Amino acid sequence: MLRRRVIPCLDVADGRVVKGTRFVDLVDEGDPPELAERYANEGADELVFLDITAAPERRGTLLDIVERTARRAFIPLTVGGGVRSVSEMRDVLRAGADKVALNTAAVADPNLITRCAGRFGRQAVVVAIDARSIAPAAWEVVVKGGREATGLDAVAWAQRAADLGAGELLVTSIDRDGTGSGFDTDLLRAITSSVRVPVIASGGAAGPDDFVAAVRDGGADAVLAASIFHRRIHAIADVKAAMAAAGLPVRLVPEAVA
Amino acid sequence: MNARPRIAVVDYGAGNLVSIDQALTTVGADVAVVRDGEALRGADAVIVPGVGAAAPAMARLDARGLTEPLRAWVAAERPFLGICLGLQLLFDGSDEDGATTLGIVPGRTVRLDDAPTLPHIGWNQVERTRPHALFEGIADGADFYFVHSYAGALDSTASDLVLATTDHGGAFTSAVARGSLLGVQFHPERSGDDGLRLLANFVALVRAA
Repeated sequence: MLRRRVIPCLDVADGRVVKGTRFVDLVDEGDPPELAERYANEGADELVFLDITAAPERRGTLLDIVERTARRAFIPLTVGGGVRSVSEMRDVLRAGADKVALNTAAVADPNLITRCAGRFGRQAVVVAIDARSIAPAAWEVVVKGGREATGLDAVAWAQRAADLGAGELLVTSIDRDGTGSGFDTDLLRAITSSVRVPVIASGGAAGPDDFVAAVRDGGADAVLAASIFHRRIHAIADVKAAMAAAGLPVRLVPEAVA
Repeated sequence: MNARPRIAVVDYGAGNLVSIDQALTTVGADVAVVRDGEALRGADAVIVPGVGAAAPAMARLDARGLTEPLRAWVAAERPFLGICLGLQLLFDGSDEDGATTLGIVPGRTVRLDDAPTLPHIGWNQVERTRPHALFEGIADGADFYFVHSYAGALDSTASDLVLATTDHGGAFTSAVARGSLLGVQFHPERSGDDGLRLLANFVALVRAA
């Protein structure tokens, strides 16, 4: 049976791992490849890098970090942030990423999803959706790190992104991100019940029970978190133990390798 | 055979080669990334990695003059490992885009139609149907990382090639073996310690060849 994945997310700015609340107030939390290797040893099923500065002149720094990470951690790596074209996606894959997450650029040019999927296969294309609650059971897509509203309905955009060629969706609740108030399981359920592609839950993790809820109540295939892992508030093994105790299929890694 | 066998990893523009390069280097091989048929000369083994669709992959193999050299390599019973798309390309053709593929293994690449989620992305159990040195030291049912929507379906006449199966809304063939010809649908280079063990086993088989 396919395991439910636990995915540490490394927000990267200027070559360092950072984390802020609601995408602001950034705090330096370490060297990306070093953290990546630690997570791989501790049982992470996959890694996500989100390049949150993504200034074009600094792309070389990101590619270097991707390659150093791919050479240290033998688990899959998804990279997002600032990829706007097929050629930029190619550069990131060639540096050692397995998947690329498209966000703002896909909203601006939905056909980019199709072009990237056509070139590299849909399994390499993750569409990241940042969603904000606007009414009961209604969420709007926001872009540019949560600063700009789009007017798009998040569930409709999720379906369209999957139809256009996304192989996976990374759904972040901007309301919950960095707050430790739990995943928005209503948002997750609304999306997982309307698409067939796997959905990664993001935004709001505080403890192991939140991961269980994202899968059991939200229908997520994978659950992503940043701060609680970086700051060692919870170990990946603790999260997986809670998921296993709740009857969810997870990949358990021997303690000895950590 | 030298201590570090030379493994040709075929590059046909299908993305990440860093992981397979690093994984093979880690387990004791020298890697040569090859982009044309001539470059296969001198290699002790060939690995065709890759993800994505069959038709553009075949077009690039043709454009780089690799199609016939790869067929000849397998026909000569030299060590070969296909990974993910590199396994699918061994079959006669693909339902994904109607591509005609290498025709080395009887069967077609078909969509995992009964899968609860598609693509099939993540860690899943690889259940062996028979012992094989490729899985030496790896527990039966160990988790490996998959990322695909299609998988090769062997003709009934070739069912003896099956080495392992995996379930995602139904069982599909996740590893094949016929002599020196090996293929896996999952990504050993992205499957942690068990993945490295499998690649180390392949390198050992190459050394012994």
